[in-house]
Formats: sequence, C-alpha cells, structure tokens
Amino acid sequence: MTSKGCLSANDWVCGEYVRSRGEELADATVQHVGITAVSVLLGLLLAFPLALLARRWRVAAGPVLGMTTVLYTVPSLAMFALLMPVFGVSVSVVIGGLVLYSLTVLVRNILAGLEAVPAEAREAARGMGYGPGRLLFSVELPLAVPALMAGVRIATVSAVSLTTVGAIVGYGGLGNLIYSGMESFFKTEVLTASVICVVLAVLADVLLLGVQRLLTPWARAGKAA
Amino acid sequence: MGAMVDAWSWLTTGAHWTGTGGIGQRLGEHVFLTVVCLAVACAIALPVALWLGHIGRGGALAINISNAGRAVPTFAVLVLLTLSPLGRYALWPTLIALILFAIPPLLTNAYVGMREADRDVVEAARGMGMSGGQLLWRVELPLAFALVMTGIRAAAVQVVATATLAALPGGGGLGRIITAGFNTYNTPQVVAGAVLVAVLALAVEAALVLADRALDPMRRRARAVREPEPDTAPVPVGVAS
Repeated sequence: MTSKGCLSANDWVCGEYVRSRGEELADATVQHVGITAVSVLLGLLLAFPLALLARRWRVAAGPVLGMTTVLYTVPSLAMFALLMPVFGVSVSVVIGGLVLYSLTVLVRNILAGLEAVPAEAREAARGMGYGPGRLLFSVELPLAVPALMAGVRIATVSAVSLTTVGAIVGYGGLGNLIYSGMESFFKTEVLTASVICVVLAVLADVLLLGVQRLLTPWARAGKAA
Repeated sequence: MGAMVDAWSWLTTGAHWTGTGGIGQRLGEHVFLTVVCLAVACAIALPVALWLGHIGRGGALAINISNAGRAVPTFAVLVLLTLSPLGRYALWPTLIALILFAIPPLLTNAYVGMREADRDVVEAARGMGMSGGQLLWRVELPLAFALVMTGIRAAAVQVVATATLAALPGGGGLGRIITAGFNTYNTPQVVAGAVLVAVLALAVEAALVLADRALDPMRRRARAVREPEPDTAPVPVGVAS
C-alpha cells in the first residue's frame, strides 16, 4: 500500500488523508475540545451549588441525586433530540445534554468529598474562628479535591466520547467527520477521527490527573515521607 | 411546549404504531436487542468476574477495562464495525457493539462486589470447612449481590443507549424513529422518538431496581447495616452513550 494510492483504494490507514485534510481535522478537533470543555465547566458551576444544597438540607439530597441519576439514564441521541425544541438546531443542544450528564457524576463526587472531610478538621477550623464560608473554601473544599477531581475526570472522558453523537445536529466535532465518513464509506476518515477522539480522552484524563497533583501538594508530601 | 403537544399527537396517531418501520416494530427490535445482548454479556462477563473476585486476581484488569470503555466513543465503534467486513451481515455490528459496551460495567461491579465481601465473614466460613465453591455461592455471591445488580443495571442502560445509537449507521431500534425524523425535518417525530427511548430506558432501569429488591438475598437484613461508607465515593460505573 503506497501512501499515494491509499485515498483512492479507500484504505483504513492513510497518511495522505491526514496531510491533505489536516485543516478539516484540526477544526473538528478544536470544536470537539471546545464543546467538551464548556460542558464540563458549566457542569461544575451547576453541580457545586446543587451539592451544597443537598448537603445543607437532607430533604433536598434525595430529589437532587434522584433527578441527576434519572437524567443519566436517558440515551444521548434521545437527550439531544429532546433538547432540540428548547435550543433549536445549535451547539447549545449538545452542550446542554453533556452538562446534564456531567451533573450526575459531579454532584455525587462533590458530595462524597465534602462528607468525607474529617469532623476533627472541621472542629479545629471552627475553633480557630473560621466562619462557614471560610471553612468551606479553605478547609473542606481543598480536602474534597481528590473526590471532586475523580468526578471531573469521569465527566470529561465521557463528554469527549459523547460529543461525537452531537453529529446528529451537526455539532459533534470529530463526530461530524465520523458521520460523513460513514455516509460516504470513507474508511480512513472514520478511523482517523475515532483515534483522535480516543487520544483526546486519554490526554484530557492525564492532564486532569496533573491538575489534581498540583492542587493537592500535601498528598505527595505524605507519600514521599 | 408546542413541540411536546405535536410529539404527543404524533405518538397517539395509530398509523405510526403499525407496519414496517412503525413504533411497534422498532420497539420490538429495541427490546430484542437489549434482552439478547444483555444476556450474552452477562454470560461472558459474570463468570469471569466472579471467578477473578473469588481468587482475588486480575483486579487491575477489571477496573482498567471499565475506565478504557468510557474513553471509547460508542458511535465511532458502531460506525467502524459497520464499515468493516462485518457490516455485510446486517445485525452483527450492532450486536457486537452492544455486547462489548455492556461488559465493562458488569465486570467491574461484580469484581468489586466480590472483593468487598467482608473478609472476616469469608474467613469464618472457610474456618467452618466450606469448600471454594460453597464459599463462592453461599457467602461471597450473596454479599456481592447488590453490586452485581448495580453492574447489570448499568449494563442494561448502556445497551438501551447503544441500541439507540445503532440507528445512525442504519441499525434497527427506536433510534430509527429519531433519525428518520431528522432526515425529513419532522421535529414532532424526533421528539416523540426521543420520548419513547427515554421512557424505555427508565422502564428498564425501574424493572431492574424492582428485581434487585425482590431477589436480594440480604433483603431481610437491616438496610442501615449495608449503607456504603461515605469515602467509597458512590460513582455510577455505567457509561452514558
């Protein structure tokens, strides 16, 4: 298989495709990363108050966790289709769906992280005169970072793979290439986009792991000692 | 709100339920795919996971397969299988993708459940002279039951979701109603299809929750005793798709 003839031979792997369609691939990748990043960030912004609400009032915990779990059950194609009348055919459909999915994982993990903060740490901070706000942001939240980041990692990796389904409304990033490759039986387009998608997911996971290590220097100090 | 009303009138039109490509046929395909693939995936994954959990090996494998499964886009796998030589056999790409994606949650949950069975209880049973097989069936499995069922629920939701996606490369199932609506710019049909899929997914989940309650061998025990520790972060191991 020479690299020249692979486009006309419709091979699975084709360097010529990557060279000639580099721009298209880059655009799709940028859209993919953008949709994923915006979704997870919005998810975090929404999940945080929800988790605080569920922790503050026990009565709220059941409905909040129940609702987000129910949303997680809805298949992505149906989720995007259901959001279509709300947002029209736009990128908001995909982002909206991904935000709703990320809520399940994020709310649960933030809640679990906050609840795992040792009562002694809380008491000590209170004894030092910390108010509820300062207690939350300078004691509880940092201690909850490992659980929170575990949630962010799961939400991000899932969002990277679910973004592809956004191709149904034309905003699927690399999914758009997979979709068009599927319709024209263009094998290398499908495989290349799929591989980039998996690579993106792995890169995002590694990157977030790095962020977690930066945010929790004490965990490393403990291990080294 | 208008979209919901239109979708409702689409759903209540009798003609949309019958005939080729009608709701009846698509629902039948979806349920068929779900039941067959879930059963095959259970038959493959559960014995392996229970055995690995029993002998306490392969934990990294069980957990990593689940994490890797999350990173692989379901849609991409479906399209890749359809374009591969397998695509010539109509149902096979869908069946294989569905089974593949159902295995990780089954494997991970069953394995973790077996490992988390109280070691003291297992040791006590061993001390009473139970054989390996007795230990597995009469002690570890009942203790692991709740987590095994969680895995089956996650896998079932996964299969329903993937069967929906199978419509994109031309497979059967309820997703076809959504994609057909997209192709003809028929928004009421798209929303109606999505409602059907969502209701089916929730119904499957609810049915399995009820089965879990009815079958749990530990159900007579006080529920409070089995509440998970707060620090074993209760993360759903399933993957939406």
